[in-house]
Amino acid sequence: MASIALPLPDPEIVGRRESIVRDLVVLCGADAVISDEDGRRAFETDALTAYRRMPLAIVLPSTTEGVSAVLKYAKANGIKVMPRGAGTSLAGGAVPLEDSIVVGISKMNRVLEIDFHNRFARVEAGITNLAISAAVGAEDFFYAPDPSSQIACTLAGNIAMNSGGAHCLKYGVTTNNVLGVRMVTIDGEVVDIGGAHLDSEGYDLLALIVGSEGQFGIVTEATVRILRAAEGARPMMIGFESSAKAGICVARIIASGIIPVAIEFMDKPAIEVCEAFAKAGYPMNVEALLIIEVEGSEQEIADRLAYIASIAHELNPQALVVSGSPEQSAKIWKGRKSAFGAIGRISDYYCMDGTIPLAHLPHVLEQISAICAKYGLRVANIFHAGDGNLHPLVMYDANAPGEADKAEKAGAEILKLCVSVGGCLTGEHGVGLEKRDLMRVQFSEEDIAVQLRIKAVFDPDWLLNFGKVFPLDDVQAAIDKAQRARTEAPPSEAAA
Amino acid sequence: MSDIMRPATEWELKSMMTALSERSIPVEILGAGSKRGVGRPVVAPVVLTTGAMRGISLYEPAELVMSARAGTPLSQVEVELASRGQMLPFEPIDLGPMLGTGAGQQTIGAVFAANLSGSRRISAGAARDYLLGVRGVNGHAEIFKSGGRVMKNVTGYDVARGLAGSWGTLAVLSEVTFKVLPLPDDVLTLVYPDLTDDLAVEMMSLALTEPYEVSGTVHLAPALVSRLTHKTLSKEKRSVTAIRLENFTRSISYRKQRLRNALRAYGEPIELDLESSLAFWGDMRALSFFPPNGTHVWRISTAPSMAASLVASVRRHMKVEAYYDWSGGLIWLETPASADAGSADIRRAVATHGGHATLIRADETVRRTVEVFQPLGPAVDRITRGLKQAFDPMNILNPGRMYASL
Ligand SMILES: Cc1cc2nc3c(=O)[nH]c(=O)nc-3n(C[C@H](O)[C@H](O)[C@H](O)COP(=O)(O)OP(=O)(O)OC[C@H]3O[C@@H](n4cnc5c(N)ncnc54)[C@H](O)[C@@H]3O)c2cc1C
Repeated sequence: MASIALPLPDPEIVGRRESIVRDLVVLCGADAVISDEDGRRAFETDALTAYRRMPLAIVLPSTTEGVSAVLKYAKANGIKVMPRGAGTSLAGGAVPLEDSIVVGISKMNRVLEIDFHNRFARVEAGITNLAISAAVGAEDFFYAPDPSSQIACTLAGNIAMNSGGAHCLKYGVTTNNVLGVRMVTIDGEVVDIGGAHLDSEGYDLLALIVGSEGQFGIVTEATVRILRAAEGARPMMIGFESSAKAGICVARIIASGIIPVAIEFMDKPAIEVCEAFAKAGYPMNVEALLIIEVEGSEQEIADRLAYIASIAHELNPQALVVSGSPEQSAKIWKGRKSAFGAIGRISDYYCMDGTIPLAHLPHVLEQISAICAKYGLRVANIFHAGDGNLHPLVMYDANAPGEADKAEKAGAEILKLCVSVGGCLTGEHGVGLEKRDLMRVQFSEEDIAVQLRIKAVFDPDWLLNFGKVFPLDDVQAAIDKAQRARTEAPPSEAAA
Repeated sequence: MSDIMRPATEWELKSMMTALSERSIPVEILGAGSKRGVGRPVVAPVVLTTGAMRGISLYEPAELVMSARAGTPLSQVEVELASRGQMLPFEPIDLGPMLGTGAGQQTIGAVFAANLSGSRRISAGAARDYLLGVRGVNGHAEIFKSGGRVMKNVTGYDVARGLAGSWGTLAVLSEVTFKVLPLPDDVLTLVYPDLTDDLAVEMMSLALTEPYEVSGTVHLAPALVSRLTHKTLSKEKRSVTAIRLENFTRSISYRKQRLRNALRAYGEPIELDLESSLAFWGDMRALSFFPPNGTHVWRISTAPSMAASLVASVRRHMKVEAYYDWSGGLIWLETPASADAGSADIRRAVATHGGHATLIRADETVRRTVEVFQPLGPAVDRITRGLKQAFDPMNILNPGRMYASL
């Protein structure tokens, strides 16, 4: 793997590294700056480990003012900046460049305000996803989006990627659960958008900022919606002899008028690995397993699970198990949520994230198998079935010459397949570095131009997270065009 | 009189926009025109309506998704959804009756362009939360798309959602794709009479901290209650505070009991059954208790706990009638006719309590002189102008509708 070109560093900036480090120490203090080689190595990649570059330095400010000072400095000196949370991006969104400063907000992890009456929490954006739910859990509240990486990933990273999770079928993804942000622009200006109230005045800037992959500014605080937890929740497992049947089952459940909190899918290879890891009690004789969770009172849960079971029975499931205890439920979820880690213990893997219209599921799964077989690679499928968000894990051996490249090629084919059936390249992990060069598969030149112009509103010099999300040619063309417009326009118009 | 353009296809829309942008001719963008009276008056020699671009282009009930051309009447969308037992979860409000343009006129494109959400917003989310994708033409006369038809999609910036609530000032939408949900089996409403604004907000917020998925919390002043079309409630001479439960019948009867217990301190509620509930919440969606009567109507978004005090502070300056939705997070305020629609006092109250206010109903002369949308702080203003420039550099799309010179 490594076929995606990272932009070449500017030797002039790299040559100034030592003086840049000195300046950062002056701005933020020595304990906020990491500049030695070992220290920097810890920040040279994210969860897409095939790509790595040593950044100039890492700054970990403790305050919004600190972030502001660094960004002002970077802007004045034309130095690129890569915002970083916990570095769990699977898309290479947090892989730095050699001529960039990494600005991490992991030290800013405090809860600032919890308001149950108005149902929001205001936090520093470096807080981990799970810590928000933990902070409000005693009152039976929670923060809904639950990426499997929630122990480690930061809210800032979630906001940048518009992250999702298993329970988003009912509760929505990050963009549906964030009420406001405090963001520092590349000029160092601190902007507050949204807050404790609902809906935005003027344009919905929050909608643009969530999912902007660290390219609009650095988010240092956020106000998120917290929800009262249901009285109880319980998963059931339904196993089928084919993925096609599992797909039909999902469609029938949804069409029947029940929206469970989660419907997760695993195929046989995934079931085997996850069972070996978590001892969750998954049925082993099935080709496809659905984990379906419903919420409510004891009686409501029983009613709903019975209803779902009646739908499943029409399809002759090979296994149908309702969790009998909180311990069993926890195990069932542990197996699912640690799926990536479990696969990672037996093989290197490349995790894809396309979304498809559910009706195409059987066809797409067949094609995924065919694509991987063509490259001589194995694949395990784990995904959020309720919303068609696939996670094929393409397994390969990083030490076997050429295998990583094959995995990357297979991955690209899988994503093109997703787009061709009406889906998209990424459902929740983001474009990052990984899918940058595939953007034109999904978008026209105009579609990309519209997005690049928005980027230019926030960061016309392209200092923030350069090299990600858009093909480099398109970015360069947009920068050149803007430059020409600036030089051609008479000064009065340029000012207007 | 303005020229009227009625593109029937996206390509026609593009060619019309090309002609307009080449000569920098300002154009007023309308769906059915039911909300034409919202915003600052647009001065433009050309009107472009989306009304001829209509039709549902995709509906997959098992995938909870629908696409429709922007000019499709909302009523058509809702009939089609109901035929498969589904709905728009955000329960779009209809400003037509209040603005005197008639009920049931609006188009689906305009619902998203104005980000209009009703009472279920507190539990289900806003219009923008259900918007999955758009197609449209911007001020550069480019056809573009964003998002798509799948439920989860983070490919590129979320331009689609970013266009929600932009009131036709950034692009003309040609098609919208949105998520839908099943209709609830049953509905029940608990109505608590005679609570003060303070107590009502307190109770509504409490109801939402219970695990029973309350899907509507509203409070109406006595004067507004008397204007309801709801037969029995309109006879109440007191304020009413209503809490809605939507679910399977068996769940509702259980949850109702639990909720009544939790809210015991606020008195004995009247129970509205399915039919009576639908009539009541229909009144809320149509805002039919603000008939065109010469008064002004403001829409104020704030934190629920600030709501009652915000209204009280405005009341010190003028006679107002308040309707609280979203547990108080949304205030609809009827204010007496006056040259500035009470703008100075209302903006001051909002500034001290937090949130934002939009003047929804006022004469053209008033809307020409006062800020209709919430004035923006300097940083947000700069970004806003940048976005306008990025989408519509000639400033031809609904110029001045949201903010002067933009
Ligand atoms: C095992 C595993 C399981 C996962 N499961 C899921 C899942 O279920 N659902 C899901 O959606 N994702 C999942 N992910 C992906 C990843 O966890 C998410 O993308 C997460 O949101 C990244 O958060 P982070 O703090 O690690 O951000 P990072 O990886 O550090 O950064 C991610 C992006 O955010 C930007 N960024 C970081 N901080 C800021 C800031 N302060 N301001 C602006 N931009 C910023 C970065 O520049 C980068 O582009 C998983 C990853 C792993 C390794």
